[in-house]
Amino acid sequence: MGIFPLAEPVYRHPSPRLMAASHSAMAPALQPGPRPRTMACLAAPAMPTASIDTSSIGERPRPHSLRELFWAFTWLALQGFGGVLAVVQRELVDRRRWMTNEEFMEDWAAAQILPGPNVVNLSIMVGDRHFGARGALVAVVGMLLLPMLLVVAVAAVYAVFATHPMVVGALRGMGAVAAGLVAGVGCRLAASLGRHPLGPLPCGLIVVTTFAAMSVLRLPLAWVLPVVGGAACALTWRKLPA
Amino acid sequence: MTTALNLQPVDWLNLFLYYLSISLLAVGGAIATAPDMHRFLVERQGWLTDVQFNTSIVIAQSAPGPNVLFIALLGWNVGLNTGDGTHMAWAAGALGVAVCMVGIMLPSSLLTWAATRWAHRNRERRSVRAFKQGMAPLVIGLILATAWVLGSAHGDPARDWPLWLLSAATTLLVWRTRIHLLWLLGAGALLGALGWV
Repeated sequence: MGIFPLAEPVYRHPSPRLMAASHSAMAPALQPGPRPRTMACLAAPAMPTASIDTSSIGERPRPHSLRELFWAFTWLALQGFGGVLAVVQRELVDRRRWMTNEEFMEDWAAAQILPGPNVVNLSIMVGDRHFGARGALVAVVGMLLLPMLLVVAVAAVYAVFATHPMVVGALRGMGAVAAGLVAGVGCRLAASLGRHPLGPLPCGLIVVTTFAAMSVLRLPLAWVLPVVGGAACALTWRKLPA
Repeated sequence: MTTALNLQPVDWLNLFLYYLSISLLAVGGAIATAPDMHRFLVERQGWLTDVQFNTSIVIAQSAPGPNVLFIALLGWNVGLNTGDGTHMAWAAGALGVAVCMVGIMLPSSLLTWAATRWAHRNRERRSVRAFKQGMAPLVIGLILATAWVLGSAHGDPARDWPLWLLSAATTLLVWRTRIHLLWLLGAGALLGALGWV
């Protein structure tokens, strides 16, 4: 995947929300550097200049073609060792900025509750939003096709290398990093709870309750979702204007 | 040759119907239905061995991509088991992948698609807004719990403290910086291959 550089300038851009809040303060950091051609179509509408208000919805970055959507999902799936969750937030929110952290969490909640793999559900939602049913199909196929070929190839060579100590060690190290990736994304998302209608403290309590129920008590998700989630939604419902 | 399975078209249909039937039960990820797949594929039908079943899950989790791809590998292995020659076995493997993946994905994806459409049409409803916003703290709790479960595969903190340290350092870097995740994964692989963690 050499066409994708590991760190493009576009990656450093703050979220639209941040930019709206501190437009002038951020400006010096936003000088666009030379961009690789493959990313030009992504970065172009998002390039913030002093005269463009990028916080308005109409000018938000979005996929411009089914092909771009396909490769975006293939690329994030291929980065997803030990689960794709961390990569989805990084790629779709932080880097491509097709969605905000709030939208990501809303979609992720629905993707978790619905049956089926949650990253696949999320790709259906994102694809459908931009290109309708075709987009949903393209996003899912993008997420699954190349990784599926790769996993079959890995299976073919697995028997040869499975017990090699360096391979075992590398997988151990990547497993430890994968846990950290997911935790780091959780911490990043937690920042947006400051604007939640329930307020920071009740939100924090819900976070801790869910975490304890799932990781310490090991309760099944089928219990935690309706009980904790139902309470959280009911409390939020009371706070929202009709 | 004598060990090769002999799957009839009705068996392939049976496999497809099985995956269709468990698709909507896979709430919280396909891995939650793995015990039932073991019951069906290994114990009842005898289409896979125990070892094939377990390595399929291990490989899918260590390779990139969604973890649901372990189902593709299960189908691949069922196909391979039916083949008696190399190229026929590969074709049967591909058929197995297609049958299992389409079966597991079709019902849940259609449901998600319909639900997404419905939620978008009704996005101004107070109940839909309450659901979307109310679930946010729960989602963060679930994500942190996922990280914890992944991390606890490290084992004893006293002995395996370098692994825990690596996870903690990764958490900090992802949280506070915008470093690309592939650098972190590469560093983890390198440290592990060198035997430092």
